[in-house]
Amino acid sequence: MAEYILMPKLGFDMREGVLVSWLKGPGDLINKGDVVAEIESDKATLELETQVGGTLLKLLANEGDVVPIGGNLAIVGDSNENINGLVKNGSGTPPAGNQDQEPPAKLAAPGSSKTPMPESTSGGAWPGGFKASPVARRLANESGIDLGQVTGTGPGGRIRRADVEKYAETATITPAKSFPPTPLPVSLESKEIPTTRLRQAIGRRMVESKTTIPHFYVTTEVDMGPALALRKEINRLLPDEQKVTVNDMIVKAAAQALRSYPNLNASFTGDKVVRHGQINIGTAVAIEGGLLTVVQQNTELSPLAQIAVDNRNMIARARVGKSRSGDFEGGTFTISNLGAFDVDHFIAIINPPDACIMAIGTAKQVPVVVDGELTVGWRMKATISADHRVTDGAEAAQYMQHFKGIMEDPLRLLI
Amino acid sequence: MARITMRQAITDALREEMQRDENVFIMGEEVGVWGGTYAVTRDFYAEFGEKRVRDTPISEMVIGGAAAGAAMNGLRPVAEFMTINFAFLALDAIVNHAAKVHYMFGGNIRCPVVFRAPGGGGRQLGATHSHTPDVIFAHFPGLKVVSPGSPYDAKGLLKSAIRTDDPVLFIEHATLYQVRGEVPEGEDYTVPIGVSDIKREGSDVTIVTYAQGLQVALEAANILSREGIEAEIVDLRSLRPLDMGPVLKSIQKTFKAVVVEEGHRSYGIGAEIVARIQEDGFDYLDSPIKRVAQHEVPLPYSRDLEQLALINAGRVVEAVKEII
Repeated sequence: MAEYILMPKLGFDMREGVLVSWLKGPGDLINKGDVVAEIESDKATLELETQVGGTLLKLLANEGDVVPIGGNLAIVGDSNENINGLVKNGSGTPPAGNQDQEPPAKLAAPGSSKTPMPESTSGGAWPGGFKASPVARRLANESGIDLGQVTGTGPGGRIRRADVEKYAETATITPAKSFPPTPLPVSLESKEIPTTRLRQAIGRRMVESKTTIPHFYVTTEVDMGPALALRKEINRLLPDEQKVTVNDMIVKAAAQALRSYPNLNASFTGDKVVRHGQINIGTAVAIEGGLLTVVQQNTELSPLAQIAVDNRNMIARARVGKSRSGDFEGGTFTISNLGAFDVDHFIAIINPPDACIMAIGTAKQVPVVVDGELTVGWRMKATISADHRVTDGAEAAQYMQHFKGIMEDPLRLLI
Repeated sequence: MARITMRQAITDALREEMQRDENVFIMGEEVGVWGGTYAVTRDFYAEFGEKRVRDTPISEMVIGGAAAGAAMNGLRPVAEFMTINFAFLALDAIVNHAAKVHYMFGGNIRCPVVFRAPGGGGRQLGATHSHTPDVIFAHFPGLKVVSPGSPYDAKGLLKSAIRTDDPVLFIEHATLYQVRGEVPEGEDYTVPIGVSDIKREGSDVTIVTYAQGLQVALEAANILSREGIEAEIVDLRSLRPLDMGPVLKSIQKTFKAVVVEEGHRSYGIGAEIVARIQEDGFDYLDSPIKRVAQHEVPLPYSRDLEQLALINAGRVVEAVKEII
């Protein structure tokens, strides 16, 4: 009666083996205990001793094939035996790398229930590799707990909130007893954080921008003394919800300056430059996990107080994830302002389809020379990134000068 | 406080509003001389006269259309459909006229009509007279849809419905008319439309429900409590506008939810609630959300089969235990 030679389990955590080479071939007479092949587990290459004897009738696995534990490798029997049925059954041996065939072999393993335990599915069957409820994931994430260490007691082995909490309790007690002086925080381990759709979108757009748009950069320094003084004056008159920020003034000034430089309020479309009729200034807003650009419509024609209210509302909506679709539409020029973070200056990547973006640093008190005298003044650096297919350094520099002129004579923002 | 039936609470609300505002009037089949199929307007005809308690022809199209028209012209009609199953015949008046006119004419016209309609199953009235079609009406913006589960809410919500300038469908579950509850005497209170209410506090699971489902959920909560499981019950009271605040707040405490409704499960109120919970409370869920609803069959006439198809406390208990 013909029998199979099976892929043996050669280690505790071995799930499959590679058939490295056959040492016997079809027609060879083999005895129980003979070495017939070399098998590679995760850890080592080992000799496969056959548990059955007879004539090696057919090889079911080729050299290099990955075969699950218990998978059929060959058929051994009497030389004249009809093994057609066995060959048919034996064809379940998965060819190398065939992932489709793998799960049934795993599921058939002794002791595995209908729904696999988290251990057996780690590596992709569930989001993040583990069957866990959303709240359990959040708790584990917040407390830096590896869900792989937690045993799920919910239906189908789902890790639930109580499981994570229980683990957190024991996990903090057990190591404290055995290894008191080794505080190795979990956070030192490398972690894979799946990218969010927002993160992916930012990535795509920025790669597109930085690789297809020839950027150049022009920096200027703005005397912010007059603008800060004017802002104080204006805000004295305005209710809280309409108070004007420095960024609102920058947005307005950028828009006003663009009226004189329509070539910078533009998009490059391959064979032509589209100069936009409206000037709609976008403001980059940092949100959890990324950034969004909210767009103030018709900025040049909007009063400063209107810009302040629009931007305040759109930024608030963006931060809580309640933006309206109109909040992002129609931008023609973008301001990216890191002034709140004590930066000297920085350069920004153009936000397509805009031709330019302006990066704003922090307004600081610095020593300055005025009329040959050393004194203290407020200065802020602004850097424009521009698309060289659309414009050149001289034009961008002139625009920045114009922008600087408005900011330093800020009553013009109110006209 | 007096313990009165929901029927009495609705009668009291109607009477008090008619006494308060002479523009309020009642119309419907047999609401006048006969006093209403469910005796809600008994003696109203004698008290308020034929002009303010109007018997209509047996035509829901007339009731719906005339009520919407009267409301557009400044009156505050409370139109009664004998059952909500017949309101299908007036769907055009309710959904295309009453619910839209304010929007379609630039806000120049208001339509402060209340459509009252008893509904629900469990009374062996056969498949066509036993619908719980609340979701159909709640689908449409422009219409407020209210369905109370207690006498207190019924009275307070009906008063709000009559006073609001928007069209309101006020759905009364017919098996609740006999349910008693505490209602303040001689106090002109209202319950705001679009505000959900915690009817029972608990820490282990949130049961979201309304109308007759509230009674079922309360019974289930008592059974669960004996086994040490404390359910928190959120009564939606209004289906549109829908107030999810208390639901989401409760789930941040219990992490689990079961939605109980008498309507069919597919495309139902429960489906909407589940969708909103996962949209806004995903990171608080510890289990799949279960729905307990009417089985997917035309409701049978046979008492046993009818009861089998409807929701009951046992099914709610079972659903809770599946996720606890």
